[in-house]
Amino acid sequence: MSALPWLHPERVALLEAALRERILIIDGGMGTMLQGHRLDEEGFRGERFVDGRDSAHDHHHDHPGSCDLKGNNDLLTLTQPDIIRGVHEAYLEVGADLIETNTFNSTRISQADYHLEHVAYELNREGAKLAREACDNYEAKNPAKPRFVIGILGPTSRTASLSPDVNDPGFRNVTFEELVDNYTESAGGLIDGGADLIMVETIFDTLNAKAALFALSELFRARGSRLPVMISGTITDRSGRTLSGQTAEAFYYSVKHIRPLSVGLNCALGAADLRPHVQTLANVADCHVSTHPNAGLPNAFGEYDETPAQMAAVIGGFARDGLLNMVGGCCGTTPAHIKAIAEAVSQYAPRALSTEQQEAA
Amino acid sequence: MNTTRYTRLSGLEPLVITPDLLFVNVGERTNVTGSAQFKKLIKEDRYEEAVDVARQQVANGAQIIDVNMDEGLIDSEAAMTRFLNLIAAEPDIARVPVMVDSSKWTVIEAGLRCLQGKGVVNSISMKEGEELFLEHARKVLEYGAAVVVMAFDEQGQADTCARKVEICSRAYQLLTEELDFPPEDIIFDPNIFAIATGIEEHNNYAVDFIEATCELKKRFPLSHISGGVSNVSFSFRGNNTVREAIHSVFLYHAIKAGMDMGIVNAGALMIYDEVPAELRERVEDVVLNRRADATERLLEVADNYKAKKGEAVVENLAWREKPVHERMAHALVHGIDQFVEEDTEEARQLAKRPLEVIEGPLMAGMNIVGDLFGAGKMFLPQVVKSARVMKKAVAYLLPYIEEEKLRTGDVGKNNGTIVMATVKGDVHDIGKNIVGVVLRCNNFEVIDLGVMVPAQKILESAREHKADIIGLSGLITPSLEEMSHVAREMQRQDFQIPLLIGGATTSRAHTALKIEPHYKSPTVWVKDASRAVGVAQSLVSKELVDQFMSKIRAEYADIRERHKNRSTTKTLVPLEHARNQRFRDDWANYQPPQPNQPGITVFDSYDLAELRQYIDWTPFFQAWELAGRYPAILQDEVVGAQATDLFADAQAMLDKIIAERWLTARGVIGFWPAHNAGDDIVLPAQDGRQAYTLHHLRQQAEKPAERPDFCLSDFVAPKNAGQQDWVGGFAVTAGIGIEPHVARFEADHDDYSAILLKALADRLAEAFAERMHERVRREFWGYQPDEALNNEALIDEQYHGIRPAPGYPACPDHTEKTALFELLDVTGNTGIQLTDGFAMYPAAAVSGWYFSHPGSQYFVVGRITREQVDDYAKRKGWTREETERWLAPNLDYDPE
Repeated sequence: MSALPWLHPERVALLEAALRERILIIDGGMGTMLQGHRLDEEGFRGERFVDGRDSAHDHHHDHPGSCDLKGNNDLLTLTQPDIIRGVHEAYLEVGADLIETNTFNSTRISQADYHLEHVAYELNREGAKLAREACDNYEAKNPAKPRFVIGILGPTSRTASLSPDVNDPGFRNVTFEELVDNYTESAGGLIDGGADLIMVETIFDTLNAKAALFALSELFRARGSRLPVMISGTITDRSGRTLSGQTAEAFYYSVKHIRPLSVGLNCALGAADLRPHVQTLANVADCHVSTHPNAGLPNAFGEYDETPAQMAAVIGGFARDGLLNMVGGCCGTTPAHIKAIAEAVSQYAPRALSTEQQEAA
Repeated sequence: MNTTRYTRLSGLEPLVITPDLLFVNVGERTNVTGSAQFKKLIKEDRYEEAVDVARQQVANGAQIIDVNMDEGLIDSEAAMTRFLNLIAAEPDIARVPVMVDSSKWTVIEAGLRCLQGKGVVNSISMKEGEELFLEHARKVLEYGAAVVVMAFDEQGQADTCARKVEICSRAYQLLTEELDFPPEDIIFDPNIFAIATGIEEHNNYAVDFIEATCELKKRFPLSHISGGVSNVSFSFRGNNTVREAIHSVFLYHAIKAGMDMGIVNAGALMIYDEVPAELRERVEDVVLNRRADATERLLEVADNYKAKKGEAVVENLAWREKPVHERMAHALVHGIDQFVEEDTEEARQLAKRPLEVIEGPLMAGMNIVGDLFGAGKMFLPQVVKSARVMKKAVAYLLPYIEEEKLRTGDVGKNNGTIVMATVKGDVHDIGKNIVGVVLRCNNFEVIDLGVMVPAQKILESAREHKADIIGLSGLITPSLEEMSHVAREMQRQDFQIPLLIGGATTSRAHTALKIEPHYKSPTVWVKDASRAVGVAQSLVSKELVDQFMSKIRAEYADIRERHKNRSTTKTLVPLEHARNQRFRDDWANYQPPQPNQPGITVFDSYDLAELRQYIDWTPFFQAWELAGRYPAILQDEVVGAQATDLFADAQAMLDKIIAERWLTARGVIGFWPAHNAGDDIVLPAQDGRQAYTLHHLRQQAEKPAERPDFCLSDFVAPKNAGQQDWVGGFAVTAGIGIEPHVARFEADHDDYSAILLKALADRLAEAFAERMHERVRREFWGYQPDEALNNEALIDEQYHGIRPAPGYPACPDHTEKTALFELLDVTGNTGIQLTDGFAMYPAAAVSGWYFSHPGSQYFVVGRITREQVDDYAKRKGWTREETERWLAPNLDYDPE
């Protein structure tokens, strides 16, 4: 596996060089930015999905009727590409080195909620293309600062190691194989759209992530080349475990076989609450360590109110203590947060890897 | 940063194999090839117990558990998947990594697809060549597991030290060079074979293993050496003491040589130093192959160490070994109240405050129950039994909670408070009580006001208890009107809490048409107990209530709309037309049977044992929301087990009811000369008794000429017919004396038994009515003296004559019970009383009329026109309004 050549060796070389040099900045939240546009159902549908189904695709056989598409943020890649491009540019503008594609829910399983399984591949390819174009534009302006596209594979709406049925803890509503098929298709789209890296993120259930990693291994092997892989788990509450019950250390051991570029944590908690777990990963990981926390914990209205200054102060501490190689933001974060974080960490060196670790990466 | 290349496995928690661990115990009991007990559990689909085997392994110190399902009669892939998925849900098991053990690759792959942690594959080998070996190894890597490589190649299994080392070395080279397989994730199994078998070539097997281990560890220090330890003592099966001594001695030497992992029975490892000296010496001779006669010498002493017979412990209370919170959940889910006080006490001592026991383990257990019930996986009788456990635990805690409350003023919280009542005029409460139990199970505070509760008392209680919901129940039709009244009162008095409507005669349509329009806040009909929780939870939830209510309101509005626009699908005919189409006999030639025993006959204490034979069990199961006909229901795929349990409980209680005379059955019957007078039946004055007119209603459905529009009076001969005709009446109860027993159960927090008793009293009353009707036909009226029907035929009504009850479809006017009660002096003769709403108390009572005409049949009056209402009002001496109120369910129009 690791014997496979890189698909874009020159990009990987640029990335590794940048990683040696400084803490790299990942972008921030997408959802928060989209909320500002206050899109209604019509806005989500755009022209192509004007009657609640895909006018470019004859699939009435599996589509019982029109269906609300509002809330399907990933679909905006197709229906409102300018808005998505705008979000990417806003983050590039404040100095993000890595841009995440708008593909968090672009799997068949997740798109099934909207009867849009058939656009899964397209969402990933177009999502990667949008981010690619935005990054290329900025890189052209300043070739000294390369910008990378992270192709995002989200967790899907199902869990492979948890039963949704209390009476039958042995029951599963999704199989490993289904997840592998989903992720193979989505990852194919991300690669074809020009992603520099793939990140399996917001991992609630490590078995889902393992299916994604399995899919990536097989896909890379089939294509004869690979992309660097980032992995980011989610500690769901202050118990310090993933939703599926693993500690951060157990989580890392469960995914390290892919020999990731980085392992990290994102979402669910604010930076302060994530710190001990990021510390754990920094202690045990052979690879780079990343984090992109939420802007604090949600308040009573489900909003995140940690200010850019507050968040940057906490994350500055991570960087000062040598825990980080890459950092960004998740729910509730905005370009202002990313800008503040970028400034806060700029004075600190990235977490060091041993020579052996760098070879492994 | 710790970059040392240790093996890093994981379950929910990490397992890093550092040198100071010395030896990693891999639990072997969850292996069908090694454990007859586990095999039996899997084969018999007893997965819950199989999971307990894994739990014990981990509790006994297994750091990894080996799972093997290789058995011809088991679908190994399915069993592997199911078992791994099950243990994944048990944090005390899932915390350790899993070793997926199979000789079939497909089974291994099935297992790997279930592991979120980093497990171990046991095993792959070069048995079928290098290509397949590498293919499997690559997959192992992609799935994220470590791997056991067995010393097995194209030539066979390695038995000598040289072969073991040669094969393992070749495998190592292939893995690390071809696949870049991490050396720390390679575990060698150089094959442990049985020794002391009597075959000379086997004598050196343990030595071969130990020596190979030493060499492999030297060559590949990052990798590990493992093996299935119990193989070595295979020839001593049946003598566990000697086997364990062999394991202990073998491991002592193998570990010194570098073996650092082994599949063992983690609970049964003897400490090397504790092996009796004589035995240890002889075992050591065998293991290390130190003398030619070693096997014989071990056999000589082996029997001295054999365990005595009868030492086996029967383990069907395994759940008692679990932590107290799990025990409480188990007891709740299984409705076991045997240990409730000791468990509650233990939990109380662990808790900071007594309330925590309720809010913590008890609610957690009841949530499981609630979820199972909601999912249709648990049935009402079980839930009610669970509630019994809950109530007993709460009762135990109550004094402590009161004490705490006095001290801190803290009263805890629940989902909401529901005031429930059977409305004024109605006495039926089984369904309401079940709903109450189910709601309590789901952490609602239920204030049950009982039966015959006037509207004002319901509303006052709701205020007093700051209720979140009011629930009304009723079984008889006049209760429907009373419920509308309560709704109007709630509106008038500015209530804003939701109103729930339930009970046998209630319906979505009635609620939509007659109740909801009177009350502006949420008004919801609840079909049965199983829906009650969902509805109540939706109503008290700020997040759910709006969506839920907009759906309900839309539904009810739709019903009203359809009702308003209903095209008269079934056209009613004018009363005159219906009367002309009445049921007729050739009365001139009809010979009405004359009763053998005219007048009144009272039965003071009817034999319950006799009535028991006449019980129709199907409605009994319905009362518990178990659907199906008796006796087939006992074998029903879905509810059979529950029905069987419930039936057994019912039989046991019936035995007691009869033996200990808990209930008294009383009845009265009578026959009176009668004649038809249009839609009425007239009983002329007789022996000082005044004349009575029994009022009946006539069907008005449009029917073909040959099918009559029935009225019960049609079955009685007219006055001018040749001979005197008769009608009969009856009232029976099996509920006399029920109160102290219900009170006794309720005091013991045993709703299950209280409800069971009421349901059985109902059944006995129905059985009494059935038996009495049979005797009336054969003896007292005697028109069918030779009738011989079994109970099923009786239930199917394969006899002549009917016994319709006032308030039911053939004579829907409940007020006609007044005449019946007076004629029979029911209250004086039996103790049954009539309520304001014309319900009978005790509730376990049946009353009705007897008709003997061979053409008499049950029918449904159904809808009637205002014309008939006016006619009936005139006959009854009522106003139209009064009539419309009592006949509300039958009106074919909306009264003004």
